[in-house]
Amino acid sequence: MPGLGTSFGRGAMTNHWVDVKNADAILIMGSNAAENHPISFRWVEAARARGATLISVDPRFTRTSALADVYAPLRSGTDIVFLGGLINHVISNNLFHREYVVEYTNASFLLDPGFRFSEGYFSGWDPEKKVYDRATWKFQVDADGTPRQDKTLENPHTVFQHLRRHFSRYTPEMVEAVCGTPRADFLSVADAFARTGAPDRSGTIMYAMGWTQHSKATQLIRTAAILQMLLGNIGVAGGGVNALRGLANVQGSTDMALLFHLLPGYLGAPATKAHPTLAAYLDKETPKSGYWVNKPKFLVSLLRAWYGEAATRENGFAYEYLPKYSGSHSYLDLFEAMYAGRIRGLIVSGQNPAVSGPNSTLERKALEKLQWLVVRDLFETETAAFWKGPGVDPASVQTEVFLLPAAAHLEREGSYTNSGRWLQWKWKAVDPPGDARSDAWFANDLGRRLKALYAGSTAPRDRAVLALTWDYGEGEPDLEKVLAEINGYTVADRRPVKGFAALADDGSTACGNWIYSGVFPAEGQNRAKSRRADPPESLGLNAGWGFSWPANRRILYNRASADPQGRPWNPAKAVVWWNPDAELPDGKKGKWVGADVPDFRPDLAPHARGGGNPFIMRPDGKGAIFAALAEGPFPEHYEPVESPVENRLSQVQRNPLAVVYQADLDALGDARDFPIVATTYRLTEHLHTGSITRNLPWLVELMPDLFCEMSRELAAEKGIRNGDRVVVRSARGEVRAIAHVTGRLRPFRMGDRVVHQVGLPWHWGFMGLAKGDSANLLTPHVGDANTRIQESKAFLVDVRKA
Amino acid sequence: MAKAILVDTSRCIGCRGCQVACKQWHGLEAEPTTFRSGYENPKRLSEKTWRKVKFIEAATDDGAPRWHFLSDACKHCTEASCLAVCPTGALFRRPWGAVDLDQSVCNGCRYCVAACPYGVITFNPVTGRADKCILCPDRVEAGLEPACVTTCPTDALTFGERATLVARARERVAHLQARGMTGAQLYGERQLGGLHALYVLQDRPEVYGLPAAPRFATVGVFGGSVLSAITSVALGAVALVAFRRRGARREE
Repeated sequence: MPGLGTSFGRGAMTNHWVDVKNADAILIMGSNAAENHPISFRWVEAARARGATLISVDPRFTRTSALADVYAPLRSGTDIVFLGGLINHVISNNLFHREYVVEYTNASFLLDPGFRFSEGYFSGWDPEKKVYDRATWKFQVDADGTPRQDKTLENPHTVFQHLRRHFSRYTPEMVEAVCGTPRADFLSVADAFARTGAPDRSGTIMYAMGWTQHSKATQLIRTAAILQMLLGNIGVAGGGVNALRGLANVQGSTDMALLFHLLPGYLGAPATKAHPTLAAYLDKETPKSGYWVNKPKFLVSLLRAWYGEAATRENGFAYEYLPKYSGSHSYLDLFEAMYAGRIRGLIVSGQNPAVSGPNSTLERKALEKLQWLVVRDLFETETAAFWKGPGVDPASVQTEVFLLPAAAHLEREGSYTNSGRWLQWKWKAVDPPGDARSDAWFANDLGRRLKALYAGSTAPRDRAVLALTWDYGEGEPDLEKVLAEINGYTVADRRPVKGFAALADDGSTACGNWIYSGVFPAEGQNRAKSRRADPPESLGLNAGWGFSWPANRRILYNRASADPQGRPWNPAKAVVWWNPDAELPDGKKGKWVGADVPDFRPDLAPHARGGGNPFIMRPDGKGAIFAALAEGPFPEHYEPVESPVENRLSQVQRNPLAVVYQADLDALGDARDFPIVATTYRLTEHLHTGSITRNLPWLVELMPDLFCEMSRELAAEKGIRNGDRVVVRSARGEVRAIAHVTGRLRPFRMGDRVVHQVGLPWHWGFMGLAKGDSANLLTPHVGDANTRIQESKAFLVDVRKA
Repeated sequence: MAKAILVDTSRCIGCRGCQVACKQWHGLEAEPTTFRSGYENPKRLSEKTWRKVKFIEAATDDGAPRWHFLSDACKHCTEASCLAVCPTGALFRRPWGAVDLDQSVCNGCRYCVAACPYGVITFNPVTGRADKCILCPDRVEAGLEPACVTTCPTDALTFGERATLVARARERVAHLQARGMTGAQLYGERQLGGLHALYVLQDRPEVYGLPAAPRFATVGVFGGSVLSAITSVALGAVALVAFRRRGARREE
């Protein structure tokens, strides 16, 4: 989540689920929380009962919109324009939280005089190489390296003035012309949300895949981050930019680095060229200021946890055993490599790429190029059965497929980390049937078998496997032992460390994931099992319920909930504050106290150096309104890679750094053949690829078939009636669906142009009780410039009656 | 003390957890369905579906879309037509208000099916008996809430003392009206002597397919609750016609 990481310092939901109830305004955009995160509406409703305003911005009028006080439609792929319009509204009407912006963000910093934006590009664009030279993307600094500031924000070189000029183009008229949002609807949203710029009010933004699956998704999320900083909505109760994860443990999987470019705890994964040795890694990756100066402690402790006695000071703590990456190995890149025949085998666990992968035709073909494929699941998924899918001749497929039965979530124990960063232990309800095994059993067994296969080898290349610590028992591993290793311990006596502050870079401590440190602070004390809930009338921080990383802090950057002097902006929602009389263990006085654990050095007084820098993970401690990403330091709208219209904001049609794959099956369509915008989405009634839910009769009954939602106007143009069978076609493929003609979708009127949009849920596939075409047969292999997440939320199709 | 279920449509997100929880608790089979013309499925309440969420698409006067969700099932009326016409006593009232149905006593006459002003009772062709929501007496009398209420994530469905719920519903209606939802109203407080399924609606009852003034079916239809053998045959015919008509209306 680099959009949040570059802005605030950590790529995670800033607040947590329960905290939504503290908001005065809730903007749900890029998310359909009522349908995809139904439980969240418990807290949305609690906020509304207190008088909060619920705002829904979505191309479709959804079940979320049905409950909203304010609804505004927008064409898929234009969110930056809408949010940019809000930024413009907030600045030009002077509705921003000035003191917060001046003190807690880099808005007052002066930019290099050479920095500029014109004709769709920032300074430094190299049209030949198609990359940016970032030489001018920097602050003016004094001799000692401190950035120059103008706290009046008047200097034309301030970040603030650049921001103001940049977004001055994003007027309500521009929003209407690009997003197709009626001006009045936009202004209703602007009015409702901008009120949270008052120091005693807070507004939250809830988003999900509707923002992340775009070719400029990271910049989109940056736009939201900038808006929330302008309104002073970060670090406060009822505020934040809250990423709603798509599954119960997605945050946990990110924290534990199920991403190619990361190690656990958001330590960057080492790369072949840049980081050949531990010294090179630490030298390059450790900043000079901010909390990340402690990075060497976290990495060395990780190496000690993984390689045990084999990790010594002399051998750089076995750093050489860590796999290094040599290029992008993102999801899309893996399937492109597979399709090109460069990958031999694949283990698929808890995923069903034959349905969930964009451009499924390519991804299913890619599976045919494998020598072997292992699928662990509850049912035979489309991925396991790709060799007998539509249009595939089983005789021509050489891939050997192993389908292993997996235990369901109620049949295994362990911890989940939810979107709000809470680790919660989950107990097993029933034993799995037959030979079905838990994920942990499988990983443990595979690890032990690999270790056995390598046993006795003296080849240097095998040392990495031999040195790996692996002592979790036989069969079903002891998961508390795993969690204790993740928490960390002192090597000498094997006693748990109390938190990450105790970690050292000399090899005396081991820790599997520094951000989880503190979850198991003493022998037998698993805080993920803690179940003390706060009373309903409280802020709902629930410090005694589970464990929240880091250090049980519930609201990130909560120093910003208090003013520069350390007094809460809103005493009724006080999170932490400075108490000058509170006594410290050493007898000195003054510390941060409150309902939450301060996300700040507890004894750093507001007036001390750095005492007003709430974003502790950033080198300068300030929220980054200006922050360099691949496409530039400010977000700018570009059209989706497939778009029916020309970019109104500049000559640059699409994100110049979007990743567009070029295999023979990676076709792109244009508006002449495919004039209709399409988006994909999920329904309450099915989960993801439906591998479980399409096998449950009660859920199949509710949502039996793939359908395509369209407006009455488009249906009339195409001669389609509600319930008709239709064919939806893109440059990549076609699907058959049932037409759902509804007043909940309306054509977008953008000046004199009318653009139609349709939507398809992506839950279906050719296996299970409820069969149907996969909407991902239509979506492209196009990736965001920073994350390479696919652009599934805005692409082009045509529709006809079947 | 009379208990009731309160369905607050202004808090309902149409997730249908209630619909599935009902099937799960009562072991009701799934029905084969197809996507017809909207999210709502199955087509109607039946012996396999005692509770279902209606999805109602509407629009404001200026054309802005509205989407209403209504968790629909037996209303457990105080003046319960079904109870009045049941010749065997299979339908009976629990002391706390629910209209329960003892399958072992039901003779499959279908009077109740015809008499119900809400059309929520169905005839089960397999067992030859009537079927409907019974408000989970096995759970309630063990101190639990009905299954649908327990599963509701937003507290759109709540269960408790009827008087408390009426007061809470009135407060909620006032809250909604104060927020500009002028059509908000409480349904079920007075209808048919007071329903044990109360509804906070955001618009007129007709928008949700609820009769504003439902009638006690025996009045004017059956003429009384003591039935002779002759009139019961005649009534059987009436009931059958009414049943078929209702079916025909639904098909439209």
